[in-house]
Amino acid sequence: MKAPSFAYARPDSLGEALALLARHGEAARVLAGGQSLLASLNMRLSSPELLVDVTGLKELSGIRVQNELLRIGALTRHCEIESSAMVAQHVPLLAQAVPHVAHVAIRNAGTLGGSLALADPAAEYPACALALDATLVIAGTRGERRVPARDFFRGLYSTALEPQELLLAAEFPLLKPGYRSAFLELARRHGDYAIVGVAAHGRVDGGKISDLRLAYLGVGATAMRAGRAAAAVEGKPCSPQTVAAAQAALGEDLDPLPDLYHSAAAKLHLARVLTGRALAALVQ
Amino acid sequence: MSQAPATEIETTLVLNGTPVTRRVPARQHLVDFLREEMGLTGSHTACEHGVCGACTLRVDGEIVRGCLMLAVQAHGRRVDTIEGLSDSGELAALQSAFHERNALQCGFCTPGMLMAALDLVQRRPDATREQIRVHLSGNYCRCTGYHAIVDAVEAVLEAQRRGAKR
Repeated sequence: MKAPSFAYARPDSLGEALALLARHGEAARVLAGGQSLLASLNMRLSSPELLVDVTGLKELSGIRVQNELLRIGALTRHCEIESSAMVAQHVPLLAQAVPHVAHVAIRNAGTLGGSLALADPAAEYPACALALDATLVIAGTRGERRVPARDFFRGLYSTALEPQELLLAAEFPLLKPGYRSAFLELARRHGDYAIVGVAAHGRVDGGKISDLRLAYLGVGATAMRAGRAAAAVEGKPCSPQTVAAAQAALGEDLDPLPDLYHSAAAKLHLARVLTGRALAALVQ
Repeated sequence: MSQAPATEIETTLVLNGTPVTRRVPARQHLVDFLREEMGLTGSHTACEHGVCGACTLRVDGEIVRGCLMLAVQAHGRRVDTIEGLSDSGELAALQSAFHERNALQCGFCTPGMLMAALDLVQRRPDATREQIRVHLSGNYCRCTGYHAIVDAVEAVLEAQRRGAKR
């Protein structure tokens, strides 16, 4: 399987990159780590006229604390998130999620921004961004704008990004005292796309969980928050009854789509199993 | 220097230690460039969408999928293949352990397995058997059931640890 013919450009400034995207519109695709884009080109699932390789843009790299947020540049690779002491300290949910992202050779190339911009419903970062109320920083020819994660993911492989825009970074709130995270997923082979996964984040105090956010991957057209399940746990001791209430409520939050191997009922069952494990991990 | 849109691009890389410059089609994968243009057929192509690991290469010291990287993206970078690392002796211990334990049958996956295993042996000298399995989880082998491969990698790690203790 070989990619169709396309042109390639490697701009070395943000302005140049945005000008190319503005000129070519939907005929152009942004090439970051390429770990999903090149696979989809090889399978001829898309046929852009131009790939704009943005890997030379300094504005898109780096991890830093800024205004009580951890700003992670869109070009930050999975392996860099995996080894970042700042991510482990300030956004442990991401550090827990990244070992589930594909395999070493792919984590060495794939990027945070690429994964968020593609918005694969079975990918890890969109669920983390939703659970943590991250903000996406987007550049266009008219300047920068910020979009909350809950407004960014629109549908299957569909986001708030316009064809002429570029994702610059994602900003995650710093971990607050008393808060804990858990990320769990089920896959047929370690590193494969998740059957179901959950990103959980909340305040834990003496066995009680509050301000809980649960976000699921692999259950629909996008990653999605489960507000009713989280509400069932709010302020209660994490007892078997509380866990059962959250698992029951999850049926009202999620209406999973079946995939080739798993029925909707199986997916919901697995999401409930992971919910129980995630709550146990939070209070452990 | 920026590169304006083009379908053929002059690309310079350091291949197994030697600088190489070629005009390459934008759509050509790095592994196809190596196999077809440079005659280095040790890196195999199989699934061609990043799943099987047969095309594993080392770029700037890190393993990547040769089918998920364009040849033009290797511009200015250092690319090492199974041929280069065999000739330099860097892979000798792993190759000998694979041989001794019969960690291959048809051999199709072996170059990719060796590239992934070398990455682990060099970066995680304390790796456990479970960590070997996780590290090799991105490489398919359809013959051996993996046990002999994991045994071979474990043997090299153990020998390395014994050597380090002396």
